[in-house]
Amino acid sequence: MRLLRRAGIVSVSVLLGFVVCCTPTQPPKPAVRAESQRKHAPDFALKDATGKLVHLTDFKGKVVILDFWATWCNPCMVEIPWFQEFERKYKDRGFEVLGVSMDDDGWKAINPFVAKRKLNYRVVLGDDKTGDQYGGLEALPTTFVIDRNGRIASAHVGLPVAGKKDFEDAIKELLEAPVPADDGGAVRSDARRPDGPNPDRRRAPNS
Amino acid sequence: MLVAQMAPTLTVAAPPTVKAKKGTVATVTFKATLPPGFHANSNTPTDDYLIPLMLKWTGGPLQADGITYPKAAMEKYSFSDKPLSVVTGEFTISTKFRIPANAPAGPSAENGTLRYQACNDRMCFAPKTVPVTIAVNIE
Repeated sequence: MRLLRRAGIVSVSVLLGFVVCCTPTQPPKPAVRAESQRKHAPDFALKDATGKLVHLTDFKGKVVILDFWATWCNPCMVEIPWFQEFERKYKDRGFEVLGVSMDDDGWKAINPFVAKRKLNYRVVLGDDKTGDQYGGLEALPTTFVIDRNGRIASAHVGLPVAGKKDFEDAIKELLEAPVPADDGGAVRSDARRPDGPNPDRRRAPNS
Repeated sequence: MLVAQMAPTLTVAAPPTVKAKKGTVATVTFKATLPPGFHANSNTPTDDYLIPLMLKWTGGPLQADGITYPKAAMEKYSFSDKPLSVVTGEFTISTKFRIPANAPAGPSAENGTLRYQACNDRMCFAPKTVPVTIAVNIE
């Protein structure tokens, strides 16, 4: 894969502006970053299997798992069933998974895999530009959890330490969070949650 | 948890110069090494979608007549239900070459590439291709 040869994961940390580390002596880390510390997920336009362009902004107002993966990546296969489950469990609450395949062989490699695994979420074909936007993607899987306002709330390079729970805790927290005001991010928040706007939901003071 | 992870580099040790006569056969073995904690798929991975270890000879005076890959280890990793066919650490690859009768006498080089795709127990790295060069002296 072309892009993976580029910038290292260090730059993913730079993109996100932090490195989370957890040891047994530290308190449990929150599932997601504080809203004020989140950075916008770069927008992109990538094609799905039908040739239709998919933008990250298409997911405006939703919590999104953005999963960079490849068919040759065995650890990615561990996460895919989790994401299928999340898609089923949380789709009706304003959640979606978007898989970005980094396979050099493109749809020739992806289509049989998607069919065999019966993926229930959208998959697009990644490119160098998108990989660069997301820090170079030195390793796969690299997965971002994006809030309703299009900002990166958490990120994982490789399988997360706590496994599926790391993702699910983040999804739940973001789905339950107040709907933030639209601040012009890649994923706009003008679309309200499926259950409608709640006047009691206020933006966090530090955002 | 975000951790800086750099892709492992497979290092290839240059084999000694091949000295051979025209019309004969020579077997050349070179050593390759992966850093500790990483593995690469063998030349016969357990699944079709995995990228195999692959040596290709791309140019030079010799004619490759068979490649012997390292014996694969079947290893179990936390991310896989079944053992995977992999190579780890230091391993060797041998190639049987025929030296054509019309090969030019004197020093030259046989060039090739070794493609591999490495992972550790939590993530995988992009397939890489490293050059392999054998110094040749045909008598």
